[in-house]
Amino acid sequence: MAMRAKDLQGNITRRSFLATSAGAGLVMGLGVVLPGCSREEAVEEMAIDGASLSFSPSVWFEVDGNGKVLVNIAKAEMGQHVGTALARVVADELGANWDDVSIDHVDSDPKWGYMVTGGSWSVFTTFTMLSQAGAAGRTILRDAGAALLGANAEDAIVENGMVSAGGESVSFADIVRKGDISRTFTEEELGAMPVKPAAERTMIGKPARALDVEAKSGGGAVYGLDVELDGMVFAHPLIPPTRYGSTIRSIDDTAAKDIRGYIQTLALEDPSEVLQGWAVVIAEDYPAAMRAAAAVVVDWEAGPTADVNEADLIEEGNRLVSDKSSGVLAVDDGDVAAARESAASMHSATYTTSTALHFTLEPANALVEFRDGKCHIHSGNQWQSLILPTLATALQMEETDIVIHQYYLGGGFGRRLWGDPMIPAALAAKELGKPVKIVFQRADDSRFDCCRSASVAQLDASFDADGNVTGIEHAMAAGWPTLAMAPGFMPDAVDGNGKYDPFATSGSDHWYTLANHRVRSINNDLAQRTFLPGWLRAVGTGWITWGVESFMDELALISGKDPIEFRLAMLDASGKNAGSAPNSVGGAKRLAAAIEDVRDRSGWGRVLPENEALGFAACCGQERNMPTWIGCVAHVAVDPETDKVTVKKIWQSIDCGTVVHPEGAMAQAEGATLWGVSLALHEGANFANGEVAERNLDAYTPLRMADVPELDLKFMESTEHPTGLGEPPLIAVQPAIGNAIFAATGKRVRDLPIKL
Amino acid sequence: MIEFEVNGQAVTSESEADTPLLWVIRDELKLKGTKFGCGIAMCGACTVHIDGVATRSCVTNVGTVAGKSITTIEGLDSAEGNALKQAWVAEQVPQCGYCQSGQIMQAAGLLANTPSPTDQQITDAMNGNLCRCMSYTRIHKAIKTAAGGEEA
Repeated sequence: MAMRAKDLQGNITRRSFLATSAGAGLVMGLGVVLPGCSREEAVEEMAIDGASLSFSPSVWFEVDGNGKVLVNIAKAEMGQHVGTALARVVADELGANWDDVSIDHVDSDPKWGYMVTGGSWSVFTTFTMLSQAGAAGRTILRDAGAALLGANAEDAIVENGMVSAGGESVSFADIVRKGDISRTFTEEELGAMPVKPAAERTMIGKPARALDVEAKSGGGAVYGLDVELDGMVFAHPLIPPTRYGSTIRSIDDTAAKDIRGYIQTLALEDPSEVLQGWAVVIAEDYPAAMRAAAAVVVDWEAGPTADVNEADLIEEGNRLVSDKSSGVLAVDDGDVAAARESAASMHSATYTTSTALHFTLEPANALVEFRDGKCHIHSGNQWQSLILPTLATALQMEETDIVIHQYYLGGGFGRRLWGDPMIPAALAAKELGKPVKIVFQRADDSRFDCCRSASVAQLDASFDADGNVTGIEHAMAAGWPTLAMAPGFMPDAVDGNGKYDPFATSGSDHWYTLANHRVRSINNDLAQRTFLPGWLRAVGTGWITWGVESFMDELALISGKDPIEFRLAMLDASGKNAGSAPNSVGGAKRLAAAIEDVRDRSGWGRVLPENEALGFAACCGQERNMPTWIGCVAHVAVDPETDKVTVKKIWQSIDCGTVVHPEGAMAQAEGATLWGVSLALHEGANFANGEVAERNLDAYTPLRMADVPELDLKFMESTEHPTGLGEPPLIAVQPAIGNAIFAATGKRVRDLPIKL
Repeated sequence: MIEFEVNGQAVTSESEADTPLLWVIRDELKLKGTKFGCGIAMCGACTVHIDGVATRSCVTNVGTVAGKSITTIEGLDSAEGNALKQAWVAEQVPQCGYCQSGQIMQAAGLLANTPSPTDQQITDAMNGNLCRCMSYTRIHKAIKTAAGGEEA
């Protein structure tokens, strides 16, 4: 399965590496030296401010004359402490003193290359590059420091911001001020730069407080919602009754005209067609905008999906998975048809998941100003490179004249991969000639969410006469986010019948060895036309693994085998499941090891009180190219009178390779695990008349503290290449809970959220 | 004109009496640590203290706080408030951090009245505060730490 993370790495390596140092500080960066610009000129320009027409480097980090290390972070900070993790990769290799290290979250200047924060890719895709850049910096400082000390570079030691040799030391600050730090590396030299063996690391895998936590513990952290500009006005959305195809018949703002601070209502024409039938209320302050939005009456001609309900989406999904001619094949190993024909018996099951919302606690917002021919957008965002071309179309201006300024994100979870809330503010600011800040109230945030699509999956397994599984056919239908927002990233189907959304398919291409295995990935066109399907934390693996791992439990029962032993028998790491360097060394054996670890730690097989049980599920992370191996056990109790499900404890054993920032990693694992509980039992939305019905916390009810189970989460010891972490610990929790419910009650649950 | 006190200083607001206190704090007084989340008092991101009582500012009309004393996260300087802020760092509580001002204000209200809360009292007091990142276990632990007790 072709995957985005791989594409992104390709995107980066196609650029030329240039690591260099010059001027008042040591500056390490990446850029493209164009014809007509000498390497020396490039070095000089990089030292000035890092950007010009002829040379546009992205500066990874700088060491100044006071020995301070600044690491530039082109990734969004949305709770994962990504800047801390990436800075520690650099600082470890550099030999810096961590107390001297700071980070800066940069804007969307093209010099940073392709900007995206998602897919749990950040550490995975940049670890090697940043390690080698840090190592290159260390080499420069070591050589220059040794020269100042009159020692051989080979004899010098670099640690804690000092270079030491022969009993004497010189600081990074003195080296930068006095030493010869002018140096360049070619792409080849940088790529061959040796990095520290794992045993010599001083920061990677070691405890450290995250650099953003203090500001977030006293009200000082600045989010997009907090930004103001002189002369700005507020915009409040008036959202049409359907995502697509609505038109405004008339706007009556008579009742708003007496509201103090109300300015006007604008109907928006959006050349990008992201906004269809939109208007915004403009006011001097936000309370006035809220009052006026309630008073303005818009008469819409609703689009064609105004009568679509959740049941229609599921019904269409059911129709599609039953129709063998629908969809395209993402996996086609062996011959499932032959396995079916020769089967002694079959077992089939259909699983569904309902619509789910991102519900970032910071509601959608953006502040836009046109100044000096440029459009400046202030808004926390995960995928600047995706929305910039759309903004350029909407505003009819060059992409290079649009700058997105980054802030802390009050939750991302995939919602801020798509920057569509910027568009109404930008259109209004362009029309009004003054800065416009749009803020969505919660209900509008939910209505305009790119929610997780409802999904339907049908699984058919064939058995031989001895009860062994001989093949699995898996058909699944959902709205496809990548089709809607980034169709260029969709890979070709293995049957040559088109393309499919890799994010809405991942998880079906698991690491269990099956002689006959077919996956048919189907776009639910009704979902696609009704709303904008989004990437919600864990994306497809979040709903697909619900079916796969629940079904595995059903098959184990039919086979008369223990659910864990049943799975382990299929994790033989043979053939395509052997794994490969560097991302999946060990292959399915790594998953087997994580499973055995969680089996033993959870006391699998022990006797529990009546109406209580353990359930098991596994997952392989976000995508096959970046497996995160997880075994999960859930302990649930089900009240026989009320059917209330209580999750008492969850164990997970997680192998994500090298853990760069252990506290941050554990926080992500804790949060993602609880997201799994929440999506299993607490979160579910319903489309009603073309829109999400549950729009605020009185109806949409994520997990609260009272329902938090005990957590026992463990990272497997590993020095392999780091893989994704922010999403994968969500995935197996849902089927583990469902399987535990079955073990406790004998009731098989096949629909999320679970209702007994 | 409505007169009241914020973080020990006398302030006035020209806003209409039914304006939510949240927006007066954020946009008139420029104290941005108090956050807008749900607007219906069900997430707790907007929590401030009014005469010492943790209150949802998104559903509190500014007209009702005339003559009252309001504390926001920026002005939280009580012993328990400082202990909580330190514990939040020590336990590395925040992820995205957006809800955490409200969490700390809610917790400070709890500790002011109940200096050594039980696990159940913590959960009961904090259950109305949503953390979308679900940092709940660390919030709970940090309150225990700030209260000087051991995590149960």
